[in-house]
Amino acid sequence: MTTGYQIVVCGGIVPDPLQTLDPVANPAGPTIKNEMMLPAVLDPWAAHALYEAAHLAKATPGSKVWLVSLGPKAKLQQVMMTVAQKVPFELVALDGQAGGFTDTYEVAALLAGAIQAIPGLDRSRLLVFGGWESASRGAGATLQMVGERLHVLDQFQGVDRLAIAADGSFQILERIEGGRHQVSTCAGPPAVLGWATGSLPEPPNNSQVGMANMRTVMPALHRAKPAKVGAEGVTFARVSLPSQRRDTRIVKDLPVGEIAREIVAWITGA
Amino acid sequence: MSDSIALERQTMEVDIVCVGFGPAMGGFLTTLSRGLVREDGAPLHESRSAPGLPLQVICYERADDVAFGVSGVVTRARGIRATFPDLDPSEIPLAASVAREKLVYLLDPVGASRRSATLMLADRLIRACRRALPTEDEALVLPHIPSFLRKEGGLLLSLGQFTQWVGAKLMASGAVQIWPGTPVATPLIEEKRVVGVRLIDQGTDRHGNPEAGFMPGMDIRAALTVVGDGPVGPIGRQLDEHFGLPEGYHQREWAVGTKMVVDLREDVELEPGTVLHTFGYPEPEIFGFMYVYPDQVASVGIFVPSWFESPIRASYRYLQHWMLHPYLWRYLQGGRLRSWGAKTLQESGRRGEPHLAGDGYARIGEGSGSTNVLTGSGVDEAWTTGTLLAEGVLGLLREGQPFTKEHLERAYVERRRGSWLEAESRVAGRARDGFQRGVLTGLLGMAVAGLTRGKLAVPGDPTPPHARVPSAEAYYRGKISGEEIARIRDECASRGLSLHDALMERCGWPAIPYDGKLLVSHQDALLLGGKVQAPPGYADHVVFLYPHLCETCGTRICIETCSGQAITPGESGLPAFDREKCVHCGACLWSCSQPRPGDLERTNIEFRAGTGGLHSAEN
Repeated sequence: MTTGYQIVVCGGIVPDPLQTLDPVANPAGPTIKNEMMLPAVLDPWAAHALYEAAHLAKATPGSKVWLVSLGPKAKLQQVMMTVAQKVPFELVALDGQAGGFTDTYEVAALLAGAIQAIPGLDRSRLLVFGGWESASRGAGATLQMVGERLHVLDQFQGVDRLAIAADGSFQILERIEGGRHQVSTCAGPPAVLGWATGSLPEPPNNSQVGMANMRTVMPALHRAKPAKVGAEGVTFARVSLPSQRRDTRIVKDLPVGEIAREIVAWITGA
Repeated sequence: MSDSIALERQTMEVDIVCVGFGPAMGGFLTTLSRGLVREDGAPLHESRSAPGLPLQVICYERADDVAFGVSGVVTRARGIRATFPDLDPSEIPLAASVAREKLVYLLDPVGASRRSATLMLADRLIRACRRALPTEDEALVLPHIPSFLRKEGGLLLSLGQFTQWVGAKLMASGAVQIWPGTPVATPLIEEKRVVGVRLIDQGTDRHGNPEAGFMPGMDIRAALTVVGDGPVGPIGRQLDEHFGLPEGYHQREWAVGTKMVVDLREDVELEPGTVLHTFGYPEPEIFGFMYVYPDQVASVGIFVPSWFESPIRASYRYLQHWMLHPYLWRYLQGGRLRSWGAKTLQESGRRGEPHLAGDGYARIGEGSGSTNVLTGSGVDEAWTTGTLLAEGVLGLLREGQPFTKEHLERAYVERRRGSWLEAESRVAGRARDGFQRGVLTGLLGMAVAGLTRGKLAVPGDPTPPHARVPSAEAYYRGKISGEEIARIRDECASRGLSLHDALMERCGWPAIPYDGKLLVSHQDALLLGGKVQAPPGYADHVVFLYPHLCETCGTRICIETCSGQAITPGESGLPAFDREKCVHCGACLWSCSQPRPGDLERTNIEFRAGTGGLHSAEN
């Protein structure tokens, strides 16, 4: 009997949040100004899911991790230069638009299709991981729809911990209101887990992992099929970033208490 | 995994390991990768480290992305165009063909610049004849640009966008691998042969002691180690220390370059491809540039050279005064900061050239002395060193020859000696020596060297920093008393501040009128422009080797010159270093006024492998 899990992580890419992100309108809809110039990163929520998947796979012999990612091929390639050094996985790439201006339904359909097309996938061992949220899209709906399309009924969102019991069942902690967790028990795969932050730090870079991953990453990028995702028929009335206020003022010899008072007044708008 | 296993240092074998991904490595890997596969895509050379697989070529880059390099580039692009004959600048963001060039002498509009009596006389003459001369807004536009300085037919580039473009092509080729975010700590040297590199330890405290998640840096063993980690790269400098420089060579000249990328006002009418070069202000020794990219974007910056013998080499503050000069401010006023960055340049040129090859290793790029100090050009030269090495390496691979010093000398060094790069570096060899005797003498020396193709030059003898950096008391003699400097020093130390703002304002430099958009505080430039940060779990890379020397140091120029305000006054006189603010420019390394005991050519600062830094892709 084959053991181990088949863990498929759905992970998109987003512009590096350190960059200046400036939404602009173009004939195809809203986009980020100079987006192709900006470096991209794996969506931080999905990154947590990937690290959890790798951790689980390492602890469970016979397991394997796939990363299914939809984004512009050039940007996916750039992101893989960093991500592929972290943990072992096999990439499944879809060449399409990434970001917050795509239709969740279309994205979920493409991701589910890509998962179903993975050769040798065994539903009885399947765990679908992803980010509960996204740095570019906060609806928290994509992963849920992916699960529905795969007919996976056991779904958990806002997951902070997954523990495997001796009988193979899962104990899962999901975030709920009030800073508390809901504890659920699940018989085992198949299941969908939308991770919050998990509990694992970012793994160190490992050249051996990188070399091994790259043997599959580059062919996957070459194979990546164009994936049409957009927001056809949708009109965006307005797009904006959360307002940011920055006041630089040089003041000499201001007592600490006065600085604190000014900050409080600034925050409260007093 | 047990602790004992976790502490085991791993080893990986590859065929060629490369250190640093800049223009030189871009040239090397681009040329090499094209020669590794047949037209049908089949590999031409089998790996010796992994039999059955294609040649294993891996490149480690310290920065967190291949796009985080710093340089506004104007280049004749001969080497780059030789590699990409059909290059269309529109393919590369922030690239343009050079359209027009101006060389501008800036007068001092505020009266605070330290000008010699000769220069002040020249200024008075220019002002007196302003109606007869091509002057505008306190500046004299020179009617002629010497041919050796012109870049007509060349390209304007953003180094970050260019390396991103090159890196994407390389990765797509599948022939080589580039790993950013992975600093290389040391070369592996056995007997006299370089056998690879050791990567940085991860999961340590700031002193390098193991902490949770400790992972010893992996040893990467390779038949050939290609070193292109730039002027302050730890591998190149450790090789210099181990093997020494050729007899009579030294690396005593450098410059700090600091720059911004700016969104210009919509009504600014500057043609993309416009190049302005300035000199004369804010200090006569400081050179400036403005390159206009498409879509109302410009790259602006200054170079503060080593011969500016000031104990307060505050490049960011000087950049702001330069931007505020009326000739430039008419373009920049109302603009918005997009990006900021800083780096140092090794400006000894050919005189600073290390041993270019040895058993198992070769040196390329700026750290190999390729920058042309006469033409003020480095990126295309660095690129060309990489292509020359790649051609040589491919030849050795075809011949089945090992990467010995003898073979690399023949395949690479001789090829380099026979190239235009070598011919032009010989012309430039002594071109800047005159600056050791003053700015006007230096400018004259450049002109003489350029016009005589290097046959003549004004002599000068570059000295190391400890013989060149004066104390604040000596530098400001006649302007600020020693007592007042002592008082300012105590006040600044008590508040954890550097001295330069107080001293400059005391000498008449006006306060910077911050506007929150373009004129922003140094820390805002780091955050808004440079997006500077560093991941946890790594050791400090700036180390003060002999603390007692710092405690008794009269200048602490490391604090004044730090491009990121990462070095600040610390307890007992030993400067404090904040890794999260460092932009890895290396200004501290070059500028330190304390010679290292037993090695007067090196300073008391060691600049080791480190992570983090700038996260802007537009510099």
